[in-house]
Amino acid sequence: MSASKPSAKTSTRQPQPFSPQSLAKGSRLQGASLTHSVCPYCAVGCGLNIYSKRGEVIDVEGNPESPINEGTLCPKGANVFQLVHNPHRVKTVMYRAPYSDHWETKSLDWALDRIAERIKSAREKGFAAEDADGNRLNAVRNIGTLGGAVLDNEENYLIKKLFGAGLGVVSIENQARI
Amino acid sequence: MNPLTPPLDVLLNAFPPRYTPVPDPEDEPTARMGFFTDTTLCIGCKACEVACKQWNQLPSDGLDFTGNSYDNTGHLSQSTWRHVAFKERHSEDGTSRWLMMSDVCKHCEEAPCLQACPTGSLIYNEFGDVYLQNDICNGCGYCVVACPFGVLGRSDEDGHAHKCTMCYDRQSDGMEPACAKVCPTNSIQFGPVEELREQAKKRVEQLQERGRESAYLYGADAFEEYSSLNAFFLLEDHPNHYNLPEQPKHPFKGQGVRYAVGIAAGVALSAVSALFLARED
Amino acid sequence: MPGLGASFGRGAATNYQQDLANSDCILIMGSNMAEAHPVGFRFPLQAKEKGAKLVHVDPRFSRTSALCDLHVPIRAGTDIAFLGGVINYVLTEEKWFKEYVLDYTNAATIIEEGFLDTEDLDGLFSGFQPDRAQYSPSEGHWGYEERGSHQQDRDQGQSRDEARVSEQGPGQEAEPSASPSDESHVQASEIDTSHVREVSEKLDSRGVHGPGLMGGASTHETERGSAVEAPAGEPLQDRTLKHPRCVMQILRRHFSRYTPAMVSEVCGCSEADFLRVAEWLCENSGREKTSAIVYAVGWTQHTTGVQNIRAASILQLLLGNIGRPGGGIMAMRGHTSIQGSTDIPTLYDLLPGYLPQPIVGEDRGGLDDYVRFEGLPTGYWTHTKKFMVSLLKAYYGDAAQPENDFHYDWLPHLDGDYSQLPFFDRMARGEVDGYILFGQNPAGGGPNAGLHRAGLRNLDWLVVHDWFEIESAVFWKDDPTGPPPSEIKTEVFFMPAASIPEKEGTFTNTQRLLQWHDKSVDPPGDCRSDAWYVYQLGKRLKKLYEGSADPKDQPLLNLTWDYDQEWPHPLPDGQPSRIEGEPDIARILQEINGRNLAEVDPATGQPKLVGGFEELREDGSTACGCWIYSGCYPEPNLNRPRQRVRTANPLQPEWGFAWPNNRRVMYNRASADPAGRPWSERKKLISWDEDQQRWVGLDVPDFEPDKPPEYRPSLDCTGMDAIAGNQPFIMKPDGRGWLYAPGKPKDGPLPVHYEPVESPVENALYPHQTIDPTTRFFEGPLNSLAHTPTREFPIVACTFRVTEHYLSGPMSRFNSWLNELMPAMFVELSPELAGEKGIVHGEWATIISARGEIEARALVTRRIRPLNLKGRILHQIGLPFHWGFAGESVGGIANDLTSLVADPNVSMHEAKVFACQIRSGRSRYPAGQPTKNYTPWPQRNPTPDTPPASQPEGHLR
Repeated sequence: MSASKPSAKTSTRQPQPFSPQSLAKGSRLQGASLTHSVCPYCAVGCGLNIYSKRGEVIDVEGNPESPINEGTLCPKGANVFQLVHNPHRVKTVMYRAPYSDHWETKSLDWALDRIAERIKSAREKGFAAEDADGNRLNAVRNIGTLGGAVLDNEENYLIKKLFGAGLGVVSIENQARI
Repeated sequence: MNPLTPPLDVLLNAFPPRYTPVPDPEDEPTARMGFFTDTTLCIGCKACEVACKQWNQLPSDGLDFTGNSYDNTGHLSQSTWRHVAFKERHSEDGTSRWLMMSDVCKHCEEAPCLQACPTGSLIYNEFGDVYLQNDICNGCGYCVVACPFGVLGRSDEDGHAHKCTMCYDRQSDGMEPACAKVCPTNSIQFGPVEELREQAKKRVEQLQERGRESAYLYGADAFEEYSSLNAFFLLEDHPNHYNLPEQPKHPFKGQGVRYAVGIAAGVALSAVSALFLARED
Repeated sequence: MPGLGASFGRGAATNYQQDLANSDCILIMGSNMAEAHPVGFRFPLQAKEKGAKLVHVDPRFSRTSALCDLHVPIRAGTDIAFLGGVINYVLTEEKWFKEYVLDYTNAATIIEEGFLDTEDLDGLFSGFQPDRAQYSPSEGHWGYEERGSHQQDRDQGQSRDEARVSEQGPGQEAEPSASPSDESHVQASEIDTSHVREVSEKLDSRGVHGPGLMGGASTHETERGSAVEAPAGEPLQDRTLKHPRCVMQILRRHFSRYTPAMVSEVCGCSEADFLRVAEWLCENSGREKTSAIVYAVGWTQHTTGVQNIRAASILQLLLGNIGRPGGGIMAMRGHTSIQGSTDIPTLYDLLPGYLPQPIVGEDRGGLDDYVRFEGLPTGYWTHTKKFMVSLLKAYYGDAAQPENDFHYDWLPHLDGDYSQLPFFDRMARGEVDGYILFGQNPAGGGPNAGLHRAGLRNLDWLVVHDWFEIESAVFWKDDPTGPPPSEIKTEVFFMPAASIPEKEGTFTNTQRLLQWHDKSVDPPGDCRSDAWYVYQLGKRLKKLYEGSADPKDQPLLNLTWDYDQEWPHPLPDGQPSRIEGEPDIARILQEINGRNLAEVDPATGQPKLVGGFEELREDGSTACGCWIYSGCYPEPNLNRPRQRVRTANPLQPEWGFAWPNNRRVMYNRASADPAGRPWSERKKLISWDEDQQRWVGLDVPDFEPDKPPEYRPSLDCTGMDAIAGNQPFIMKPDGRGWLYAPGKPKDGPLPVHYEPVESPVENALYPHQTIDPTTRFFEGPLNSLAHTPTREFPIVACTFRVTEHYLSGPMSRFNSWLNELMPAMFVELSPELAGEKGIVHGEWATIISARGEIEARALVTRRIRPLNLKGRILHQIGLPFHWGFAGESVGGIANDLTSLVADPNVSMHEAKVFACQIRSGRSRYPAGQPTKNYTPWPQRNPTPDTPPASQPEGHLR
């Protein structure tokens, strides 16, 4: 970067004492990988540019190409970096046993196996093939899922497919009402 | 000949003012880069504050509910380089206005902080911006008191002063500063100062044509006693409502006269005491 | 969004956000756009710079108001009175757009004899059944007039030439499927339909209901609503608009008492302000100009939410602003893919593409009965069977065959309302065993959040997928109002989720635009995408049920569930991904797009992807996961949501993919006049090209591309053939925008001003019918109400959003950069109220509702002004709903004050207005300590592979 500095010296201002760091100044985006994403907050749908180095997100900015935000963001969008790098983020499975007063750390496999068993036994208990009048029901009414408005379309598709079409769960819901 | 003159000359030469006039920008061959903050477009979203913190990896300043409208960061500081000020203006006829302004280091054409800096840490970089070189700051804090806008602060973390760099690192690679890029309503505009000034003047004319008579520019031109600002503002109310001084004062201007008056007073008092002492004899 | 669906055919924002810059006047109402959608607000500001008028009608003076030309403060919950006033102004001042209204709306359509309006029945429509608190539209004669018994009457009211008489007989409405619309219907009518008729009678109406909503979760008690549909084909019309039973005359009578004086009395605004808004809207609509309306949850979260939007729709149809550039109704939705999650619904009563979930008992004949109930003989919903069969093929693959009815029977059927509010009501009573949360926080964000927490405490097990320990994950240990952990049985699994740069997929934004986001990096530790969790859980469940011959397990065992991808796949920076078992998201999107199973793509060896929903078939030769998204992935290498190409076309058709079929302005046929010419050069979008014999223009026509404007269907036409060349609303059976919606919203064909469920004010318009008579209640010890008119709670409260936080806080209160900007829960109140109650600015105040109390810091501001209702001073307060007891910044949960009530259409609650009381000082339940230590820096590691001079300036060490 030092190549750009002489212009300061050609200035008629007093000679400026550039420190070694100032002479080498440059942006940290040099050499970063760029991927295109979309802001996960509201439904405006701002395009994001995600810069990463060595598998780590180093900067998140608005995508200047997006016709919606043209590089701009709101404070929440500008804060997406902190959704990735956050000291409060949970990075392991945590389990709270009935009546317990604390979390226990568990493995993914342990938790998934247990959840699958819970779903199966609740379904065995709650599945109804017919209603009282003998009409077809094929529904599970003692389990539910909630959430989807902050998920991808593909994730919503999988949830509705597995829980609805596969297991027969009817109370599949999310934030959207009207 | 005034008997007091020779010693004053000697004294003034012994402590020459550090103030050196900076040449007129027109002599400057390189374009200066600056901010034009148009408060009529500001929606007070504070994206500039967060984008600045994110790019520069600045810490949050603490969770203090101020009750001062929607302004909870209060002022610019060592770790808040963009700050959105809120001022509610209500009239008796039931109409309300809510003034919002994103404040920033003014990158003064003649920057007192730079003149106060004893180590040469504060410089004008090649973009004409006032830049604080963290690696050679000694933490004396002279710049903090020199700034008439209260921009600078000294960090307890590292003992150094810090302020807006106008994203020197980004500009070095041809990118615009984070705050200007993020601003959703183009309230913060970045570009060559001369071009911004032209634009800003047109904008004021346009607003006035639309009946917004109170629109004016703050810092686009020099003040009575202070240079123009490379980060200037379009305001619609008295500067004080935006926490800006109506006429910023340059802390070093007139320093020679102040020295002289002080010394003259001292000499005069000595003379008077000498007279009294002489009478007692 | 059935308000929009009932009016226009599809329940989604009509235009795209950038188009707001083309408006000449924008009414922002029920939305705090500058604060809740700051980047979207760029476009209204651009319009303003071009000379447009911006109006904000809202109880509070917010950052949005500060940027608008005019802010009109109104009492929360009186939007229909205000809009009804504007409609009345448009009609009495004859400012409506005559040519547009006459051809493109149902203004001329004649309504059945026997329909009685709220003006006739003092606040009720005909057909009300007090014992069930429901309307029976058929008993109330809400439907379109048919040929037959009233022929003479009709003849007197109109000239013969202008009247278009339906050829269909009176039996049409009772048994629509008798109309042989296509092959399947012929088949259907050949099988025994007696039970259908029986069910139909039981349901008190035709079953036609779901698809027309197109965008809304609808509600079912034990029956599919009570919907009456317009008969197929052309309804009877009086184009002189003089017939006393034509829609225009009904509309005039209905809104005649919504005068400026009445608006002022009900809403508390000045007559002058109201008139200015009405004048601006009228001045800026017509051939040369268009006005837009922007709304958000400030309209929807009311027991009259659907009708708020209906009122706006009526206004925009009268002013001729739908389907045109710079016009329309922009629904600003709150979550990144909330549109997507209704299109591909995680909603109990919908299947992908707004196909209704089957209802118990209405389809004993199977799929064909379903199609008969849910399809429509005319308009686009003729294709219902194609969409349903293709969905079943996508779900059940080879197991779905014509001879087994494509296993339509495997789909769960509804026997009641399983939406969130009633389900939590049941959960709180211990009737639910297990629950799974995917990025939603009912413990803080649900209306009457206290009841939601009681629900969670009564579960056997709960699975939480999230990034942080949100309220719904720690309710058992950190809820200051809850019992100790030793009394809470719920077993809780917290599954750490991947954040946005750590996964790929598509979001659908507020303008129906699908945008793909790439994965940048692997998620840390054991964090996984929700897709990974659901996919892996599905695999495990299939294994658990392996070998079962039980019929109930067959849907699961036959569910197509094969999205494996090669592993390890590379990340963008070339490194191999560490995450094993991530499903192939592109393959899921291809399944959503649809495939032609009969044709193999030589390039991939897979069945060929379809190019759009026109290619879907009902014989089982196509599979499609969501028909309205079809066309988004037409070729193996063409992921259109991932396209990011800017072109000279201002609609940017190559940036992402907008459903349906990449149309950016819906109903854009209406951007041209009935003859197909643009209304004006300035407002041109698409028009009929005589030479090419096609609709041409900047947008993809939302119309059959080669149907000429002069096309008129013969009376026996069905399907799209029944839609004339001058009828832009193709999802509607009569092709017209519905000023009067016969049977869609369950609370009436026209909007009526009712007071909120909790209001200190009586209904000035209908003194004998204070609130919406069809509101559903869930009263109990955890959910008591202060019924209107309440004296105990004389203050009107509304909840709101600030820019700096998001929803109930899971995505903002764990973030120091946002917390410092808005560090504490506060309440906005006027100096007058503060003085009355001895509340000091910046000090604590306690807000009390019939559900409970919370504390907040007092932000005393003149931005909230007391309203003068005919001499009575009424105070309002505003509460941000972003706080809770988990995170770095904690505070009172505004939703602990809101109630669980439900509107009849979509089970929407009423968080935007409720009655409360306020006093100074702290609550009996003071907010606890933050559950997370405040951490100023999110991380302080040096940026990898970066020299010291380029490290961030602010690490400060």
